[in-house]
Amino acid sequence: MEKENLRLDEIIREENIVFKKTPLLTDKVFSYCPGCGHGVVHRVIMEVIDELGIQSETIGISPVGCSVFAYDFMNIDMQQAAHGRAPAVATGIKRCWPDKYVFTYQGDGDLAAIGTSETIHACNRGEHIAIFFINNGIYGMTGGQMAPTTLPGMKSSTTPYGRDTRLMGNPIKITELVATLPGTYFVTRQSVHTAVNVRKLKKAAKMAFENQKLKKGLSFIEVVSNCNSGWKMSPIQANRWMEENMLPFYPIGDIKINGNFVKRN
Amino acid sequence: MADIKLMKGNEAFAEAAIRAGCDAYFGYPITPQSEVLEYLTAQEPHKRTGMVVLQAESELAAINMVYGAAGTGKRVMTSSSGPGISLKQEGISYMAGSELPCLILNVMRGGPGLGTIQPSQSDYFQATRGGGHGDYYTPVLAPASVQEMSDFVKLGFELAFRYRNPVVILSDGIIGQMMEKVELFPQQPRLAEFDQSWVTTGKTPDRKRNIITSVDLDSARQEKHNQDLQKKYQRMRENEVRFESTNCDDADYILVAFGSASRICQKTVKIAREKGIKLGLLRPVTLFPFPAEEIKRLGRQVKGMLCVELNAGQMIEDVRLAVENNTVVALHNRMGGMVPTPEEVYHAILQKFSIE
Ligand SMILES: Cc1ncc(C[n+]2csc(CCOP(=O)(O)OP(=O)(O)O)c2C)c(N)n1
Ligand code: SF4
Repeated sequence: MEKENLRLDEIIREENIVFKKTPLLTDKVFSYCPGCGHGVVHRVIMEVIDELGIQSETIGISPVGCSVFAYDFMNIDMQQAAHGRAPAVATGIKRCWPDKYVFTYQGDGDLAAIGTSETIHACNRGEHIAIFFINNGIYGMTGGQMAPTTLPGMKSSTTPYGRDTRLMGNPIKITELVATLPGTYFVTRQSVHTAVNVRKLKKAAKMAFENQKLKKGLSFIEVVSNCNSGWKMSPIQANRWMEENMLPFYPIGDIKINGNFVKRN
Repeated sequence: MADIKLMKGNEAFAEAAIRAGCDAYFGYPITPQSEVLEYLTAQEPHKRTGMVVLQAESELAAINMVYGAAGTGKRVMTSSSGPGISLKQEGISYMAGSELPCLILNVMRGGPGLGTIQPSQSDYFQATRGGGHGDYYTPVLAPASVQEMSDFVKLGFELAFRYRNPVVILSDGIIGQMMEKVELFPQQPRLAEFDQSWVTTGKTPDRKRNIITSVDLDSARQEKHNQDLQKKYQRMRENEVRFESTNCDDADYILVAFGSASRICQKTVKIAREKGIKLGLLRPVTLFPFPAEEIKRLGRQVKGMLCVELNAGQMIEDVRLAVENNTVVALHNRMGGMVPTPEEVYHAILQKFSIE
């Protein structure tokens, strides 16, 4: 009974804290749907920048998509890019500040449809930047239309009867594609649907920033994520659907490390 | 000692970029301006001044590289021609919206579509009305000589940073390709220290984060932002009008022409004066802001004005607005890469204004 009378400031004490928000996230409440992967990926990237102590040397680029306002949440200098152009914008920044850390944050429509050219050529030039690619298989922001990554048979607002590959082609595995380019130094695919996966993403994100010091090429991190609103599912259903349908097609794991392909069994 | 060279307009522009202390150039080849990128890569300005030169995969990429680089507060530029300038409009609109300085050279060719590689002035509307989506303007400088292809680089950067706005140099295939003597200004250092209060450098503890963006979904704030932009364009109209008059003081008739067309008209003025016709030439140097006041003033004094343009008649709309019906405004134009001779313009004057 005694415990119920504890005041808030008696509970919130340094020794009781098991989880703390990194100061590199602002106090602004996320505009993302509850259960969406965007918020988790934001947190992971900001924690890494915090732990590496590189806030004063880091510039991020937000895309056009649900994460267009990433700069409201990330407590770092940022520039908002036109739809798909983030890798070109990052190139311009990095060429002017070659010793700073530059990263883009992009959705699948942004990166693999309208921005395919900018993506491939930034990778091919081996720009010393990091690209975070959030693949939720759909256009979240505009209301759930088909993305280049939408699975065969998957429903969206523009494939109401499921993606017909005879009409719309097959989903593009752009991560495997950019791995074939000598300009990419680190290519990996991760997810954030379990705590273990979040930890693995964090490790990969750290590597992506540390790689920039080496100036050996581009780091490309795909995060397979959910869009529970666009998929018209609850967050839990969405994560389960993702595991059962997205991950077999987009398998998690490193593809290229230190410029070398990772052997897969 | 003066540094005088014989150069193509495009080369003079590129050399001036290096000398003006430009930090970065991003471009994509297209006739008739490819010499800019070729000259820059041959000069290896990373050795001369540390300037970055990068051939992008497209004009879309090039302008978005410029957008990113401009966000670092440095002096950045690009160049192209019609089809490429159309692709760049996305980035130019973003830069106008987020108020970033940069320099854009358009060496005009004929359109529409792929059109022709021959010279033209058919991008006047596009350049002077903003060009991309949204309510915005960019200062537009129209060089009429190789000398000005060089000088306007310096002036262009000054304007770009004074107003934190993209600046367009609207040249054409004649000015870009022709060779003339040019007096080059001395090498200026690239800026080591510059105003970093608004640029992306990485957030330090002593300041709030710097965000470069053009999006704001709050209508009241977006309206305020647009009003502020319009005030800025008004300041340009009040302070940056530039024009050149030749024999206008006693003129009965005035030619109005910019860029290469004005060069032809210079000659026409001479021919007419020799024949006893009091002809003058008003050459807008800035197309935005347009020398409307001066044209209005001249309109009250003369019997007629003839716009000479290498397009279907675009600037004539601004001239007609400016004269407010105080005088007759006629057009002599050529298109598709055709260029009138001075004599042709002279005969157009006689005919349009029924001069015996
Ligand atoms: C040039 C241009 N075309 C189209 C749009 C409209 N648009 C905004 S976001 C978006 C799709 C974004 O989807 P994705 O990149 O997958 O990101 P998500 O919202 O799913 O995170 C589109 C098509 C735009 N803003 N600009
Ligand atoms: S619409 Fe989809 S991608 Fe966008 S915030 Fe909601 S769940 Fe996330």
